[in-house]
Amino acid sequence: MSLLELDNIVVEFPTRRGPLEAVKGLSLDLDEGEILGLVGESGAGKSITGAAITGLIEPPGLIRSGEVRLRGARIDNLPPEKMRRIRGKEIGAIFQDPLTSLNPVYTVGEQLIDTMRVHLGFDHKAARQRAIDWLAEVGIPAPEARLDQYPHQFSGGMRQRVVIALALCAEPKLIIADEPTTALDVSVQAQILALLKRLCRENGTAVVLVTHDMGVIAETADRVAVMYAGRLVEIGDVKQVIEEPLHPYTRGLMASIPQIGNRDRRLTQIEGAMPGLRNPAPGCAFAPRCPRAMEHCHSLRPAPQDAGTGQVACHLYGETA
Amino acid sequence: MFAFLIRRIIQAALVMLVVASIAFLMFRFLGDPISNLLPEDATVQDRAEMREKMGLNDPVLVQYGRFIVDAAQGDFGQSYRNNRPVSDLLAERFPATAELVLVAASLALALGIPLGIYTALNPRGWLSQGLQVVSLLGISVPTFVTGILLILVFSVTLGWLPSFGRGTVVDLGWWTTGFLTTSGLKALILPAIMLALFQMTLIMRLVRAEMLEVLRADYIKFAKARGIPNRMLHFKYALKNTLIPVMTIFGLQLGGLIAFAIITETVFQWPGMGFLFIQAVNFTDVPVMAAYLVLVSFIFVVINTLVDLLYNVADPRLRAERTPARGV
Repeated sequence: MSLLELDNIVVEFPTRRGPLEAVKGLSLDLDEGEILGLVGESGAGKSITGAAITGLIEPPGLIRSGEVRLRGARIDNLPPEKMRRIRGKEIGAIFQDPLTSLNPVYTVGEQLIDTMRVHLGFDHKAARQRAIDWLAEVGIPAPEARLDQYPHQFSGGMRQRVVIALALCAEPKLIIADEPTTALDVSVQAQILALLKRLCRENGTAVVLVTHDMGVIAETADRVAVMYAGRLVEIGDVKQVIEEPLHPYTRGLMASIPQIGNRDRRLTQIEGAMPGLRNPAPGCAFAPRCPRAMEHCHSLRPAPQDAGTGQVACHLYGETA
Repeated sequence: MFAFLIRRIIQAALVMLVVASIAFLMFRFLGDPISNLLPEDATVQDRAEMREKMGLNDPVLVQYGRFIVDAAQGDFGQSYRNNRPVSDLLAERFPATAELVLVAASLALALGIPLGIYTALNPRGWLSQGLQVVSLLGISVPTFVTGILLILVFSVTLGWLPSFGRGTVVDLGWWTTGFLTTSGLKALILPAIMLALFQMTLIMRLVRAEMLEVLRADYIKFAKARGIPNRMLHFKYALKNTLIPVMTIFGLQLGGLIAFAIITETVFQWPGMGFLFIQAVNFTDVPVMAAYLVLVSFIFVVINTLVDLLYNVADPRLRAERTPARGV
């Protein structure tokens, strides 16, 4: 059984001019210990998908239909108190900005201790010892002294290490990491990713890594899911998706990554912009920008079908081609 | 921390010097005290003697220096009206004002903070919306109006509470208190409510706005994503961040409570410093006015210095100014 299943989920934001669908029927599976990269440009619905898994979609947004299952049990319709027990304990989360993710008026130790006491039933002394171990585990020197310091006394990279410790300290089986390195220096990014990857491998924690950075995906993920305008356009093993992308959008995405040593070449860009959420077209959402669009692409929406190492939603593949 | 304290004390001393100078100017511009002090039929001879005795013939700078030195020792001279030392008058009246302000401030905090938290946590509830409207009234209706309305309802119509005075007070030698007798406590209720109402609504609205802001912060979202229970999330993680700015405003307001107790004391004939001040204004009793001005400023300065110190204790970001961030 998969650890996490998203079954055709639709996330909707009611507005004065009618509902907007930010995620339009997304299905995904995630195995224990697997690292899945979720990529796409801004507004593709990646972060909302992450929020849907943790049950933290900002009201008035809501999951209109579909199911989120953790080890086969539905979690998207749990009462708030039950969902709270799952958060932190079963599903952890890491957010983008380590500078604002930590409470400025409590020591990092206190925040770690609170989290562990809530979920693991430790007494204060045991939790404190575990907190020191965790700081050491995420590579913070002199953890005993650092435990009683406040977030502002840590640098950005160190703070993100603390954030990782906080997300992992109640030993969840799944982490939703939403752009965990975007706010960091490039030199620190790789360290943080390596740390996250090592800890998750050691503990058998699965990760949904939300990012728009293909470099991060290539370095970290086992599989990649590419989102466009609220839908999955391609999913497959990281090697295949990066080296032999199937969907024209994924190809465009890969081609637009700058390569070192290739100064003369102009960067490839995908012409146009992602369509707005209002008045969605009946066909493939990417068709207006697609270099290989065919006539029926504009009228008929392609269904995901098996291709390569995973699935792709494109008329170029399969029987409709 | 020590350097900070020294710096603040020097600043405070400078502020007090400026205030004292303004107080001194009142002596120069508010008419000739001799005409108030002597009977109408006093001779020119009498006037000249009085003038000499009070040192009014000395150069201005000498008078100024004398005033500052005396004031620094708590000596503000004689009241023109009562012919008693001003410091005695103020010392007599201070407990009344202090008790009134203490009760009003406690009331404002004890109600304002919980109501602010409640309205922030349940922004759409009908009770919150109602409180918001009522608080708008509390902020906009002038305090003397609420005072008079309170008297009308609870003293005149219902006859439950006295409309003026402090009731029976107990003299402890250095302090007279109304806390120890029933009539003293009853007399406190209406003036305290009148004085507290504005502050309470202000604090409530401030706490609400700050708390709503804090609840949107990333660290609250992250704490929520870690499954921190709501009670801890609201009353530990959010509340401390909320109260730090509220503390500053309240410090300023506390000084204001003492100063603007003048109106409450006038409405309720409360024998405090404010009432004394109003009487002094009516009689152009300049030494009392000057002393009141200096004293209220002094209280302001002390409270604000204390708030700054508290701020240092409450907010770790200010405390650890000499511990730079380390590591990657």
